[in-house]
Order: sequence, then structure tokens, then C-alpha cells
Amino acid sequence: MKFLRLIWANLVRKKIRTTLTIGSFVVALFLYGLLVAIRIGFAGGADAAGVDRLNVINKTSLIMPLPFSYRDQLKQTPGISGVTFATWFGGVYQDERNFFPQFAVEAESWLAVYAEYVIPTEQRRAFLQDRQGCLVGRSLAKRFGWKVGDRVPLRGTIWTGAWEFNVSGLFDAARPEVGTDLMLFRYDYLEERRQFGKGTVGWYVVKLANPDDAVKVTKIIDDRFANSPFETLTQTEKAFAASFAKQMGNVEFLVIVIGTVVFFTLLLVAGNTMAIAVRERVGELAVLKTIGYSDLAVLSLVLVEALLIAGQGGVLGLALAKAFTLAGDPTGGMLGGGFTLPWRSLGIGLALTLAVGAAAGILPAVSAMRLRVVDALRRV
Amino acid sequence: MVRVDGKGDGTGLIRVRNLDKQYRRGSEEIHVLQGLNLDVDKGDFVAFMGPSGSGKTTLLNLLGGLDLPTAGTVNVAGDEITAMSAHKLTRWRARHVGFVFQMYNLIPVLTAFQNVELPLLLTKLSRAERRKHVETVLAVVGLSDRMDHYPRQLSGGQEQRVAIARAIVADPTFLLCDEPTGDLDRKSAGEIMELLGRLVHEHGKTMLMVSHDPRAAERAHVVLHLDKGVLVEGTASAGGEA
Repeated sequence: MKFLRLIWANLVRKKIRTTLTIGSFVVALFLYGLLVAIRIGFAGGADAAGVDRLNVINKTSLIMPLPFSYRDQLKQTPGISGVTFATWFGGVYQDERNFFPQFAVEAESWLAVYAEYVIPTEQRRAFLQDRQGCLVGRSLAKRFGWKVGDRVPLRGTIWTGAWEFNVSGLFDAARPEVGTDLMLFRYDYLEERRQFGKGTVGWYVVKLANPDDAVKVTKIIDDRFANSPFETLTQTEKAFAASFAKQMGNVEFLVIVIGTVVFFTLLLVAGNTMAIAVRERVGELAVLKTIGYSDLAVLSLVLVEALLIAGQGGVLGLALAKAFTLAGDPTGGMLGGGFTLPWRSLGIGLALTLAVGAAAGILPAVSAMRLRVVDALRRV
Repeated sequence: MVRVDGKGDGTGLIRVRNLDKQYRRGSEEIHVLQGLNLDVDKGDFVAFMGPSGSGKTTLLNLLGGLDLPTAGTVNVAGDEITAMSAHKLTRWRARHVGFVFQMYNLIPVLTAFQNVELPLLLTKLSRAERRKHVETVLAVVGLSDRMDHYPRQLSGGQEQRVAIARAIVADPTFLLCDEPTGDLDRKSAGEIMELLGRLVHEHGKTMLMVSHDPRAAERAHVVLHLDKGVLVEGTASAGGEA
């Protein structure tokens, strides 16, 4: 601690240079935070997916429906503890830019299968009792300023016309990786009003009694509906989410490449700054060694300085990224896995920052450590 | 008593025997010091004079453990520093040697107080104890009212006083001064020499100084001339005798 004043004095000696270097860490770590949030979002909720759920879709395409009658047949499948279903609605609020996911669901069974949605009991009850009721995710409600009791009009794009919903409740996610940028409303309301597609659903979700039986149950379901007009493709929810994300391209690879380039550039910038800082201070470092500062002490002074620069910029950049993600999904729910920056990723970001700081500081620190006092003093 | 004939009885503070220092510049071998002997007692004030390139600063570096000789030994207060490891030598330097440079070599981003405190950061002294030591030595060099000034806010003479305070704050066994007045005007140079003289006479410090300035050297007890790597006979000065 007693050396901190010396280190700090060196940090602030070139304020503009230090600020710019810290700024480069801020920008890089802010970008890192956004990339992580985007990666999580594009994973389509793969991280949020339940290990004990299977998605059953039409084998031809996700957009092709399945008969409602499959529900009872699925319920009879051994190894299944629950069945629910959903249908993509595709409505817009006020204008096209206000797009967000809306699913028509079988209310009671959906809430039983998706226990990660946290809803106050009285709001859940209100939803079950109101055919026009809907549940709105916290993030979505915040985006449009909706509250319980509001009446929300949507314009249907698949099933055209004006659709009105009563906000029965707001739900939160039990885990940060579960997105809340969506709206759930009752399937019976859709079924009652839609002009076509009656008696069908978008996809089924089955809950496994034992997650270890996933492979076995998958085969049983797909075999059961084989050679029927509506053949099924059953996948774990994680695989379903991942394949959905892959439709957008290999985002994960892209994120890793961009992140690597950013951190490598950061390493060059910070390394160059530290090298210049040490070169400018050769005489002073020689004086420190002359009056008894050991090689290790000199190495530590330079290294701690590099770590402080990196640490300050990293913490600030990550804090900004966290604040940005807390403001909600900027795509209005297009990122299926939500737009979050988990604490674990913040920790990894900080560790990466310090690693870059140490890597940037180590060569200048070693050159400072190896400095020959006699040679350095001759140059002063 | 200062001797250069290598016949000292070995009871002095500093004993140098057969000191050689050679450098290689390309294919040429340069003998900077050749078989140099020196005995210095505690409380002596020795000035080394000689033309540029005569090896004065090299000798000072060897006495201060900043450089290693090609041959020969340097013994200070019973410690043979020429046999020490680099790490041990660093610790020895912190404990026994105070350095004063021609260009002051203060850290520009630290105040006078903080510059003087630097050697004490290596000790186990508490913050309060360090403060007391620093205030004391700054008072000795007459800069109690400039403690919080940065080097750029001080005159050359004042900067050198801070450097001297830094050199003595850890109460070293001896001081090595490399042209301490070389960058100062005549008045400031006189004041610095006055201060160094006081450190020897009133505080009992042992001082070895390199200087080109005969007026500065006059303050020393003994003036030794270094020519072509050899110390030649001592010259009694106004300050003492050889």
C-alpha cells in the first residue's frame, strides 16, 4: 500500500495518455459485454432451455402447424409428465417497429411446464379467468410502459384485424438468462377468433419425467407420428434453441473472432503505452534501483501500474455494458435468449482485462527489471 | 586517515585493494581503473578530481555497489561488497549508501517530501515514523517550507538539497556525490558545499565526492587525483590533511 502513491503519481503523470489507454479498455470491455449479451441472445435461449423439456415441431418446417389432437396422444406417451403447446401470433403494437414475440398458449399447462416464469398468484389467477387476458414479461412491460389492468391492442399480421388483450399480470424470470421480452395470451382466444388454422397449434412442449430419458422419448414420439400427414421432429429444447439460432448464421464464431481481434488490438495499444511509459522513465527507475529498490520491486511497480490501467478501464467498460443490458433488449425481443450480461461473464471479462493488462505490462516490466543502473544513469 | 598506497591497517571504513575495471568497446579493451588502492576512515571527506574519462564516476559506482570490478576487492565496514550477489548488494546499498547526483535525479511527479521518503518505503518504519524522519532531514537541508513543492517548483539548488535529504534520510554509512555542484550556479554551488561540509563536520558523515570544481574540492579533507585509472598522491586541503 505504501507504494501506491508512487504508482498513482506515475499513472497521472501523462493524464491524456493514461485516459486514452483506460478509454481503450472501456470501449473494448463495453464491446465485450455487448458481444456476450448478443451471443446469449442469439443462442436463442439455449442457455435458458430446460434440460427436461422436448420441443415437438412439424417435421416439414417450424412454420407448419401440428394438429391439436396430438395433445392427448402425447400425454399418453410413457416418460412424459406434462404437455403444453404454443402458437406464434406475429402481431404488431401501434406500428411495425414495435415488434415483439407473442405466443398463444394453453394457459394452465404452459405455466406448469415453464416454472421459470415467476408470476404473483392473484395475477396468475386473473389470467386463467380472463379469456382476453395476457401475461407480459417485465422487460417488455417496461419498454411500453404497460401495467396490470391496461388494455393492449395488437394488429394481427397472420390472423389479420385488431386484437385486444387485458394485461392480467407481469412475469419475471427466475434466472437471468431467461428473457422476459415476450407476451403470452390464451390459445382459446386465438382459436375463437382466427379465420383459419383452427384445430392446430404451432408446436408442442413436453416435460420429461426423467431428463435421462430424452433420447428414448424423442424416438417414441417421432415413431408414433411417422407416416402421418403431420410427421413430427422432436428435439431437446436446447437443441431446438441452438438450431433456431443457427438460422441466423454462426453468431458464436463471429462473436469469438470479433472479441479476439478486439482484445489483441487492446493488448497492442496497452503494451505500446506501457513500453513508452517505461522508456521515458529509465532514469527514474535507475535512481530507484540505486537507492535500494530490488529488481522485483521495480518489476512489480510497472506491472501494478499496467494492471491498474487495465482494471479501471475494464471495470468501467463492464459496468457500462451491464447498465446497457439492464435497459432491455434493444431489438425488442428478437434475441430469443434475452439480452443479459450474467455476473459470470462479468467475472470472465474482468479476468480477461487483467490478463491483457498483465500481458501488456510484463515486457516493459521485465525490461525495467533488467535495467543496468550504470548504463541508465549515464543516459540521464 | 586516507591512504592510496594499499598499506592501511584495515581498520578503516572503506578498504579498496587492487581494483581493476576494464571495458570492451568493440575490439578495443579499455582499462578504466588499474590496481587501485584506497583506505578511508569514518568521517572522512574525500574529493576525487581528474580529467573526463579518468574513471572518477566508475570508481564511485564500484564503491556504491552499482557496478562490479574486473578484479580486486571493495570492503565497506567489514562487508566485502565485490563478493555479494546482486540481490544482496541492492539491500546493502539501501542500508549503507546515500547517492547524490549532478542532475539531482528527483522523481518529477513526487513532491519534495515524497522524494525524500522513497528510501524509507523500503524500511519497516511506520508512516508516522517516516514522516518524522523526512521532516527532520528536510529541516537539516533548510527546506521545511518546501515539503509539498514539486521539483519543477524548486530552484536547482533547492532540488539538490532535496536530493541530499533523500541521500541521508535512511542514515547511510557513507555518501557518494557525483559532481553535486556541476549543474549549479556559483552561489548555489557554494551553498550545497556548505551543506555537505556541515553533514561531515556536524553530523559525522563520511563522504566521497567527484568534482571538477577546485572550489568544491577545497571543502574536502583530502583531494585525490585520478589519472589514467590510477589514484595519485593525496593532496591536503583546507578542510584536513592526507
